[in-house]
Amino acid sequence: MAAKAVGYDVIIGLEVHVELKTRTKLFCGCENRFGAPPNSLTCPVCLGLPGVLPVLNQEAVAKAARAGLALGCTVREISKFDRKQYFYPDLPKGYQISQYDQPLCEHGQLAIYDGRGNYVKTVRIRRIHLEEDAGKLNHLGQRLSDAAGSLVDLNRAGVPLIEIVSEPDLSSGEEARWYLNALRTVLSYLDISDLRMEEGSMRCDANVSLRPHGWAGSLGDLPRVEIKNLNSLRNVERAIDYEVERQATRLAQGLKIELETRGFDDVSGRTYSQRSKEEAHDYRYFPEPDLPPLRLEAAQIAAWAKALPPLPDRVREELKAAGLEAKDAEILVQDPSAVAYFRAAWEAYGKAVPVANWMLSDLARLLNAAKRGYGDAPVPPAELAALLTQIDRGVLSGRMAKEVLEAMFERGESAEAAIRRLGVSQISDEGRIRQEVEAVIGEHAKVVEDFRAGKEKALAFLVGQVMKRTRGQANPEVVNRLLRELLSEPVRPSGS
Amino acid sequence: MGFTVRDVRHVARLARLAVSEKEAERLVSDLNAVLTYAEQLNALTTDSVLPTFHGLGRAMPLREDAVHPSFSPERALSQAPQVKDAMFVVPRILEGDGEGGAEE
Repeated sequence: MAAKAVGYDVIIGLEVHVELKTRTKLFCGCENRFGAPPNSLTCPVCLGLPGVLPVLNQEAVAKAARAGLALGCTVREISKFDRKQYFYPDLPKGYQISQYDQPLCEHGQLAIYDGRGNYVKTVRIRRIHLEEDAGKLNHLGQRLSDAAGSLVDLNRAGVPLIEIVSEPDLSSGEEARWYLNALRTVLSYLDISDLRMEEGSMRCDANVSLRPHGWAGSLGDLPRVEIKNLNSLRNVERAIDYEVERQATRLAQGLKIELETRGFDDVSGRTYSQRSKEEAHDYRYFPEPDLPPLRLEAAQIAAWAKALPPLPDRVREELKAAGLEAKDAEILVQDPSAVAYFRAAWEAYGKAVPVANWMLSDLARLLNAAKRGYGDAPVPPAELAALLTQIDRGVLSGRMAKEVLEAMFERGESAEAAIRRLGVSQISDEGRIRQEVEAVIGEHAKVVEDFRAGKEKALAFLVGQVMKRTRGQANPEVVNRLLRELLSEPVRPSGS
Repeated sequence: MGFTVRDVRHVARLARLAVSEKEAERLVSDLNAVLTYAEQLNALTTDSVLPTFHGLGRAMPLREDAVHPSFSPERALSQAPQVKDAMFVVPRILEGDGEGGAEE
């Protein structure tokens, strides 16, 4: 349930850090890779040794700019890097190279949708800047407060990050979750990051304030609480809901909200104070003397914009126009590999809705069970299309097609090969079915009489008998039709 | 410019520098002298001049995204006062220890 604060508007802005998927780090040629042995991906630059110079990775610039363009930002032709200075053991230089007052991208926006695919609102994006990640700390002890010390792994130090800062346009934990989901979806279409919150390649900080109704001052004057390092969509929502209630309760008791940084405890579901206003940051930003300003050609920026793939908003509209329900379209839209699969199968088969239905029911179930995605589905889109075509031709019933799909999935077979191997093709040949129907009518005179006397249920028994004689392979529609046809004929006197 | 002992202490704290009473007083006068010297620039009209962020007039050179060999962990850790599990050992971290601190 979304937390409520009576008499106040809830004001939320998010800062999202996303690690870029480049081959190398931002300012040196060390490999950018998760999970390598500790301190095996370092060099004098990312260790912060004296006398070295950073050299900017052009691929990181391109990926950051593409993220900005996909989020509707303006990419600056001139941006600059600055030093943000603080001491912490995961930061070997004693400063982070970031961008302060001239970030790479500014003034974007992102439409957010609820879980059923309904449009909620458009959130403005203030800026996106490029910066380097810090190393990783492992504390010797259960928690930082009682750790005897910490171990530092600098493999991550210098990995390229973008920080995406929203305007304070969100008003609940739920909206924050939708925003993050929409952001992750857009970025997933660009293939610029692994976007794994659990591995830290996407991280979120939330700024939460309560604004009294009728507040005339600026938002900047409201006491603002920053919740750091939220590591899942669910925790973003939980932390914000908890924080809104905490602030509302304090205000209701006549207490003040302290300007502070808080952490979130996953187990208790509560936020806790980390640093108060007295310890407010003084980062002493100044222009990075080791890096001249970054200049990009307008033509280069235009070329990046032109090369963007179709983005989720456009794909969502396209899927709805093809006849998909908003809910189904939304599920596909959130996974670019699902969209690619859908497009290929749709093109091969010709109809959109059956493709989506089969993808979202049977194929999704098989993929989930095998822990695979549409990108590496053992049944390629053309084969799903081939399977659906066999249903249309009456070769397979829906039930048979499910069985065939499972076989195709397990063995990587084509639809044709699986149908042949399983011997499950449906009998739609009328002459053949008529024989069976006549035989059944002949054998079950009593039931036939019942049906003719108006006992509609008797028909199901007769259909069952025909199915039994054909080992389930007769096309049920044809069986039904022929049975009705033959049973409505006048009763022939026996013996004639 | 009025640079005070308090400012010196603040900046020294941020830089984790131990500054004695006597040094602080000397730094106040030194830093004020530096600031007064730089203040001469205020006499110039700079309305039509773009801010200079960097001494080099040229744009940033960029690097191809190509992997270069890294140090071995042994080499990377060779100057560390203490090592455990191929990682640098640092003393206990005190959260909320004055300005600066945990950041992403």
